[in-house]
Amino acid sequence: MPEGAAASAWYRRLTLALLLAPALLWLFGLIVLPHLELAVLSFRERVAPREYQASLAQYHAFFSEPLYWHVFARTALLSALATALTLLLAFPIAWIIAKLARGRMSALLLVVCLIPFWVSETVRTLGWMILLRESGVLPALLVHLGLTAQPVELLYHDATILVGLVYTSLLFMVVPLVGSLESLDNSLIEAAYDLGGEGWSILRTIVIPHAAPGITAGCIVVFMLTLGNYLTPTLLGGKNSLWFTEQIYAQFITRFNWEQGAAFGFLLLALSTAMVWLGLALSGQRFGDVMRRV
Amino acid sequence: MRALSKRFDAQLAVAGVSFSVARGSFFSILGPSGCGKTTLLRMIAGFITPDSGAIAIGGRDMAQVAPNRRPVHMVFQHLALFPMMSVEENVAFGLARRGVGRAERRRRAAAMLERVGLAGAGGKRTEELSGGQRQRVAIARSMVLEPTLLLLDEPLGALDLKLREHMKLELKQLQSAFATTFVYITHDQSEALVMSDHVGVMNHGRFEQLGTPQELYYSPATAFVAGFVGASNRLSGTVLRVENELVEVGTAGGWRLRAQRRSSVAAGAGAEVFIRPEAMALARTPAELPPGESASRGEVLSVLFDGANSVVLLREAQSRLELRVALPQTGRYSDLRPGQQVCFSFDAQRAVCFGHA
Repeated sequence: MPEGAAASAWYRRLTLALLLAPALLWLFGLIVLPHLELAVLSFRERVAPREYQASLAQYHAFFSEPLYWHVFARTALLSALATALTLLLAFPIAWIIAKLARGRMSALLLVVCLIPFWVSETVRTLGWMILLRESGVLPALLVHLGLTAQPVELLYHDATILVGLVYTSLLFMVVPLVGSLESLDNSLIEAAYDLGGEGWSILRTIVIPHAAPGITAGCIVVFMLTLGNYLTPTLLGGKNSLWFTEQIYAQFITRFNWEQGAAFGFLLLALSTAMVWLGLALSGQRFGDVMRRV
Repeated sequence: MRALSKRFDAQLAVAGVSFSVARGSFFSILGPSGCGKTTLLRMIAGFITPDSGAIAIGGRDMAQVAPNRRPVHMVFQHLALFPMMSVEENVAFGLARRGVGRAERRRRAAAMLERVGLAGAGGKRTEELSGGQRQRVAIARSMVLEPTLLLLDEPLGALDLKLREHMKLELKQLQSAFATTFVYITHDQSEALVMSDHVGVMNHGRFEQLGTPQELYYSPATAFVAGFVGASNRLSGTVLRVENELVEVGTAGGWRLRAQRRSSVAAGAGAEVFIRPEAMALARTPAELPPGESASRGEVLSVLFDGANSVVLLREAQSRLELRVALPQTGRYSDLRPGQQVCFSFDAQRAVCFGHA
């Protein structure tokens, strides 16, 4: 019966719409709407109290004030560096979990990677501060071992920020890597070895091409998390951290300049979009394939 | 022509196996799953180190040679073609690892693909190929490195029956065209019999028998080989009499049969007799049977028609044992129906008897 078929198709569409409704409401109400509002904010200028006009002044201020775009470029570079370091550190861990450990052991290792995340990021970062500050555990140990005469301040360096960021990001790199390495058939590695390959050439020609979607997925997630991180650079880097999210915070909260803050927010969004696009283009991956690995 | 010899002694999996393969021949290792044949192959390839014993290829000891340095290449069970590469890149992979230049690699890969009948397929992705074509790429990938020895780990297992029949012939032809030594492992006796110059039948980590396919089929050395290679009727009984090379065995139901003795047996001991379905003659009356053979009677249980391999399932009148007897190719008994009474006999020289161990 065509009427019955039409009714059941209508029902199916209604069910689908109802199931999707919470996610769509969330996406629209909490992401799309505020961004539209921010976009409007970023393209206006206050000319008198309660009087605004459309202008590009906020974006102009970003490019004319060296501090702003220096911090912007520095944040991008350090984030890229943190992503690369995380990849280098996570790859051997993922290899051990996916290929060398068996059964319970590999599950256990993954849990070990997960355990730090049971503690809130704030507490974890404060833990790093207890270890690294001038009167902390590590400087005292260095003095005790006779390596330094005076306790050294290990906080507030770029390296400290990197350590904190890599530590926070590790799990988000390990999980997609384990997934993509587990799906690599061991006989491919054996075949490559049998045909005269060695460790490095097999890694380059077989393992990395196979794991490429997982590597790209991990890098995208870690880069985005790092770029948008506020807590770790602020606590571990102190005043020297010069992280772009701090600039946004300062504009919104300290200087109450929402127009400028909104413009910075959009610049950061543009940066992370551009970097993701660049990463995909360089590794020849498709966004859809990569996101299935996350 | 230099003979290759290998000797292993790994505890459980492979227990003190010794054999040699003549250069340029096709050698198969045949055995049921879990008999240790894969372990043996992986030891030759170098993925497993033998606990004791030595492997020599072309007269050179392989103990200190890593798998990627051995003059041996392997065709894997599921082929293990590299999905991230084109067909040509797959074939050129080993050459690239040896540092052969790009132009030379392309030339040699293309020439090898032409030899295996895949000219022009170099640019394709491996998933675009059919099962048989993938098989040939896997062989080309190894053969382009001109190995002394090619190992094949049941590469036909994943193919459907028709393609498998076709690939058997093709593999044999490729082997004689390349004149390379092939060591092939399989649990499929037909693959081993059709393709090989020599076959080693393996069971519980040992070789039961080494020989040509004909030797294995017509004069099995052990009861395992007689039962595993080709179809056989297996009958248990007690030895009644031993006269030179012939023995007379009585089954539980009192059926007496004569067979060739293949191991030392004494009167009164338990024994097993193997008779091939095609070694038996079928007739409606005893007079039609070949003279000099003792006739037995049986009732037709069913006719299993399978073209040239058709057999009739009989129940022997005295012992009530079930027997498979081949139907003559002439179609003479194609009208047999279940329930009919027939006569059959066999030449005692073509039945073999083994005493219980």
